[in-house]
Amino acid sequence: MIEIVNLRKDYKAVRALQGIDLMVPAGELFAYLGPNGAGKTTTIRILTGLTRLSAGGARLNGHDIVSDHLAARSQFGLVTQHLNLDSELTVYENLLIHGRLHHMPYRRINERIAHLLEYIELGEKRDTLIKRLSGGLKRRVMIARALLHEPRILFLDEPTVGLDAKIRRRIWALIKKIQQQGVTIFLTTHYIEEAEFLADRVAFIDRGKIVALDTPQNLMAGIGNWAMDHFTAETMQTSYFQTQAEAKQYAAGYQNGFTLRRVNLEDAFLALTGKKVA
Amino acid sequence: MIRGWQAVYMREMLILRRRLVKLLITWSVSPVLYLIAFGYAMGREITVQGHSYLEFLIPGLAAMASMTQAFAISSEINIARFYWHIFEEFQAAAISNAAYVAGEVLAGVTRALLAGGVILVLGGLFGVVLSYNLWFWAAFVLNSLVFASLAVGLAMLVKSHADQALLTSFVITPMAFLGGTLFPLTQLPLWAQKILYFLPLTHATEAMRAASFGSTPQYTAFPILLVLGGFAFAFAVLTVDRAKD
Repeated sequence: MIEIVNLRKDYKAVRALQGIDLMVPAGELFAYLGPNGAGKTTTIRILTGLTRLSAGGARLNGHDIVSDHLAARSQFGLVTQHLNLDSELTVYENLLIHGRLHHMPYRRINERIAHLLEYIELGEKRDTLIKRLSGGLKRRVMIARALLHEPRILFLDEPTVGLDAKIRRRIWALIKKIQQQGVTIFLTTHYIEEAEFLADRVAFIDRGKIVALDTPQNLMAGIGNWAMDHFTAETMQTSYFQTQAEAKQYAAGYQNGFTLRRVNLEDAFLALTGKKVA
Repeated sequence: MIRGWQAVYMREMLILRRRLVKLLITWSVSPVLYLIAFGYAMGREITVQGHSYLEFLIPGLAAMASMTQAFAISSEINIARFYWHIFEEFQAAAISNAAYVAGEVLAGVTRALLAGGVILVLGGLFGVVLSYNLWFWAAFVLNSLVFASLAVGLAMLVKSHADQALLTSFVITPMAFLGGTLFPLTQLPLWAQKILYFLPLTHATEAMRAASFGSTPQYTAFPILLVLGGFAFAFAVLTVDRAKD
């Protein structure tokens, strides 16, 4: 379980987080969605001890991230946005160091490494240097590393950024599989379809504030079921409708230059903030 | 309190092992040049404190290595912090700041010991075999401890690679030459000697040189280095949180 209370972060004159309140129950896959610079990574960095908070607080499975930080850190695995593996070491060595950092005995580390490399389908890459792996494989090694010490919470900061669509879907399948093991997953993304496909609940964050929090279905239903994009010389406008029939009736007034489609999370975000996520 | 230091040390040693051949060659270049230029060519006829200049030079170069190579861990930390972002793996792990510092400091000391060993072997090849006894190694390790701790602390405070290079150029390099490594400090005016006795390297060099000549070093060198090492280690532990943004 993740509990965040009035979390604030100031960088000199800039307030990056403006009092975040959030509760993510155990086993939930929670997506934190917002444009670049909204405060997604700052939130994860504070929760994982990489950045100091300015005010407020948070608890991970009941452990305060400041006063009980070592216990709090043992609760989670972290996959950062940038690749942070030791490229001069092998897959096995990277995982081994992580296990030792989490005080695991060697025998248990070796059991977990064997299991996880099979789990992420990288068994044959055990002794390969990280620098010889592709971006997608490195990302999978990072996920395996984050899971090595059997954390109950997994933080994924933009886990598929920079990956092609095929590999992205493979990572999604892996994330779903991890959730099925009962792990609480806190995912930041600016990929709409990622949040829509994976998340039990979604929070929209904009300029350091949560502007909406609900299931993807409810967030979308809040604005309608159908969207019509109509194009003018300068811009594109979108109108929302409850039924397809209403949308078609409205569209009858336009000869061309419109698209009728299902509402997505991007629409919900746009309706709430007046801007796009990506 | 320092549970988990082994993981930090293990990471540094795995990387060191992978680069060892290159490092051994790198560590040999400067000492070989010093030995040829200052020891063999220029200093063959020179006697210092009753010893040949080559004999005088070897413990000085070893002392210099105990400082420069221990301090070199700061560059490794910077690369891990700013370029590879490996430092985040340590920050997010369930280990204390003291454990992190202990692992890095021991890695710095190990690196210095290996580089020092290279110098003594090279000295042997140049026909210089001195008494590398317990006092010699005690001063060597304590000096490495001071500078490895200082290296970790400063690596936490700097904001870029350029800052780090500046520190090396303006602090470590002058100290390497002025800490009694290449010439006896008694050649300098008294006021300069007094200033240079504030440098930990001066105490380490004198203790290592005395030990390697078979004399008993001045005992004051050891508590001075130990206390400075303790302060530097504490400083490093306190700075780890400063590396968070």
